[in-house]
Amino acid sequence: MAKELQLMKGNEAIARAMIASGCDGYFGYPITPQSEVMETLMAEKPWETTGMTVLQAESEMASINMVYGGAATGKKVATSSSSPGISLMQEGLTYLAGAEIPCLIVNVMRGGPGLGTIQPSQSDYFQSVKGGGHGDYQLYTLAPASVQEMYDFVFDAWDIAFKYRNPVLILSDGAIGQCMEKLYTRDFTPRWTEEERRKNAPWGTWGKPATRGHNIITSLELDSAKQEIFNHKLQAKYAEMKEKEVRYEMLNCEDADYIIVAYGSSSRIAMKAMQMAREKGIKVGLFRLITLFPFPTKQLNELSKKVKGMLCVEMSAGQMIEDVRIATECNIPVEHFGRFGGIIPTPGEVLEALENKIVK
Amino acid sequence: MTEEIIIAGFGGQGVLSMGKILAYSGVMQDKEVSWMPSYGPEMRGGTANVSVIISDERISSPIINQFDTAIILNQQSLDKFEKSVKPGGLLIYDPNGITHEPTRKDINIYKIAATAKAQEMGISKVFNMVVLGGFLKLKPIVAPEFIHKGLEKSLPARHHNLIPQNEDAIEVGKGLIEAVQVL
Repeated sequence: MAKELQLMKGNEAIARAMIASGCDGYFGYPITPQSEVMETLMAEKPWETTGMTVLQAESEMASINMVYGGAATGKKVATSSSSPGISLMQEGLTYLAGAEIPCLIVNVMRGGPGLGTIQPSQSDYFQSVKGGGHGDYQLYTLAPASVQEMYDFVFDAWDIAFKYRNPVLILSDGAIGQCMEKLYTRDFTPRWTEEERRKNAPWGTWGKPATRGHNIITSLELDSAKQEIFNHKLQAKYAEMKEKEVRYEMLNCEDADYIIVAYGSSSRIAMKAMQMAREKGIKVGLFRLITLFPFPTKQLNELSKKVKGMLCVEMSAGQMIEDVRIATECNIPVEHFGRFGGIIPTPGEVLEALENKIVK
Repeated sequence: MTEEIIIAGFGGQGVLSMGKILAYSGVMQDKEVSWMPSYGPEMRGGTANVSVIISDERISSPIINQFDTAIILNQQSLDKFEKSVKPGGLLIYDPNGITHEPTRKDINIYKIAATAKAQEMGISKVFNMVVLGGFLKLKPIVAPEFIHKGLEKSLPARHHNLIPQNEDAIEVGKGLIEAVQVL
């Protein structure tokens, strides 16, 4: 892998990774704080180089349905938006999950509810991993915590999406989207050729050879018995993801008495708070979630048997904490600290919360 | 070495680009860097600021509220960030438009009359590089050859003819900065 070093915003990294990973099409609608995704794509003009389509749709609903149409043919198709725009896409997302269409959705979260603020937030956790749309479905959900991960996770997303025939969500926020950091870019992965697409997406609506029947992409099944069988199949797929595709990072957890659990930009703030705590002689570790679905339930459960308490740090009123409490089976105190509405907590505030709520 | 810096002033003063040039220079010197701007309504309201971290180690939080150095380019930013400098830290300000001088005695305060100097030089656009020069005089965290590479990377190719002008401004800034005694 040839590496080139650059300084780049998280949003720009998403766009460049789409081009570099052989994405066939992007459909989106501008919204702060993720507008640089489409801005970068438009500036780079990949339709002149890789042949990738980039289109500004008339709305978020149009974008997600364009994703449905494009991705149903087995092409690599993506969209991005921020919280209010992602809410508008929820119908499309449940249809994509129900029709088992691999695709990539990026949410650069901002404060809510409603139009909320344009500042960073993490209050879309429930929406991302507990449905959002209707029906029993899951999106494979990756939470990048750096500009490098914004870039790398786009590549990973295609692997997972096509392996499981499932939509993948990259759940980021305005802080990582707007922040510039060092980035090692990768060599281009060419877009799939027609033959490769047919091989990698044999289920796609790319035409009917004489050797098989029609490929049908739909989320509609009028026969309840068949729908139940299909639901079981989806659940088996999610179970396999839980078994094989959980990702997380543990820092200083070996000797820790207390653990901070966080994801995305909160995990960066938590890392600094951890360092400050260690300087004061408090043995704190950081458990950083990389996948939000599948959730690292087993790993957190094991860790809960070795420590005295956990502090969940989220830029929300407390959403991820519910899954941490389930995972730890209330063995130990698990408390929440968060700022929300677009306010980013400071490392000092996190340390104070840790001392007041957990260490005592 | 970890240096946590806030650069704050009016939009249009080159606050974000000064931060970007400093950060890119750090990248060129193989440092870890982060550049976190204020964005959104306050940007549209006229003030702009950016936190830049340059370090030899993996950077934890790019979002910080205590700084080793504050580079302050207007009164609002001085009012907002003087208290956020770590004890023993550095505050650099341009006296242009400042009506209430900084008052802290537990930090090192320097001023640099960069606005006036850049006007005198007849190229007001290099004002931010004069300020950067003053900072680098006091804290040479990035070597001049990497600043050169940082300028090459940050400026679009069509502006590369302006790099010598920017480097001259940095040199001017190094000679212009002066210590302030708070009485």
